[in-house]
Amino acid sequence: MAAENHAPTASEYIVHHLTHFNTSGEPQKEIIDFTLVNWDTVFWSVAMALLTAFLLRMAASAVHAGIPSRFVGAIEAVVEYVHEQTRSIVRGDITYIAPLALTVFVWIAFMNALDFVPVDLPDFLLRASGLDHAIHYHRIVPTADLNGTLAMALVILFASLYYGIKIKHFSGWVHELFSAPFGAHPLLAPFNLLLNLIEYAAKTISMAMRLFGNMFAGELVFLLIALLGATATTWGAGLHFLTGLGWAIFHILIVVLQAFIFMMLTLVYIGQAHEGH
Amino acid sequence: MTNVALVAIACGLIIGLGALGACIGIGMMGGRYLEGAARQPELMDKLQTKMFLLAGLIDAAFLIGVGIAMMFAFANPFKG
Repeated sequence: MAAENHAPTASEYIVHHLTHFNTSGEPQKEIIDFTLVNWDTVFWSVAMALLTAFLLRMAASAVHAGIPSRFVGAIEAVVEYVHEQTRSIVRGDITYIAPLALTVFVWIAFMNALDFVPVDLPDFLLRASGLDHAIHYHRIVPTADLNGTLAMALVILFASLYYGIKIKHFSGWVHELFSAPFGAHPLLAPFNLLLNLIEYAAKTISMAMRLFGNMFAGELVFLLIALLGATATTWGAGLHFLTGLGWAIFHILIVVLQAFIFMMLTLVYIGQAHEGH
Repeated sequence: MTNVALVAIACGLIIGLGALGACIGIGMMGGRYLEGAARQPELMDKLQTKMFLLAGLIDAAFLIGVGIAMMFAFANPFKG
């Protein structure tokens, strides 16, 4: 919302806030465009990953024999919980799977929590620092971008394929691809293959879209609540505060719950790769 | 009926029907959880974790629909 000759209408405000800062500098025209990169998603997801790594590293280095401090105790509780869940779901060597689950949980929780930043604060900061000449659009929540969530879901898909091939060996994995779930009869092989391919695709896409849908809808409701405040009346401001408070408190649950669900599904899919049908 | 009107009706249907399915699903699941907790109170905590997980899974399709409907409402791709 640079200096224009009219204030934006409600639709324009929302459309402006839903546009990514991508390599072309304009709103994306096609639904799928592989030539564009959303820099805001990349930046904030890397920033949150660094924050996750830094926080967990700080807790790990502060561990000592004796009574832990509150921060270390809290991180230990989370790590223990994730370890317990991993143990109960995945049979086998969890040396890399439990840290994957922990990373997924904490990283996604931090990325989702960026939704609590007030809607116009990035805009205000960009203007104050003078960067708004280069950055016209900006969206702060990386998981509200389908690119961000689909990327993570694809990594989990590759992990489950990797563990499937590693545990069952390539020939065993291919045999299972053609014989589960209907049976090993050669006539059923195309149906088995089709169903397995659909299952992999459905698991990946549903993981990505579940997280995207939750965060996108949450962000959009915050934008609509901001429009209430934009009416600049007493009722508007009061309702803005109250509904914003209510929705933000509810959103705290959603933020953590969606990270938890993504972590549990990661474990379940990798566990399925371990045991077979 | 203009294009915009049809898109508005579509958004209403997406959100309404999705909410119908999601709420009935959560209601049924919640009822079973309460019955199970009443039968065996010692399993209440373990079942509660799984209940929240299932709630998220049941809500998934509905919220995907809400996301798509919101996108139609504000950034309509049907040229309206």
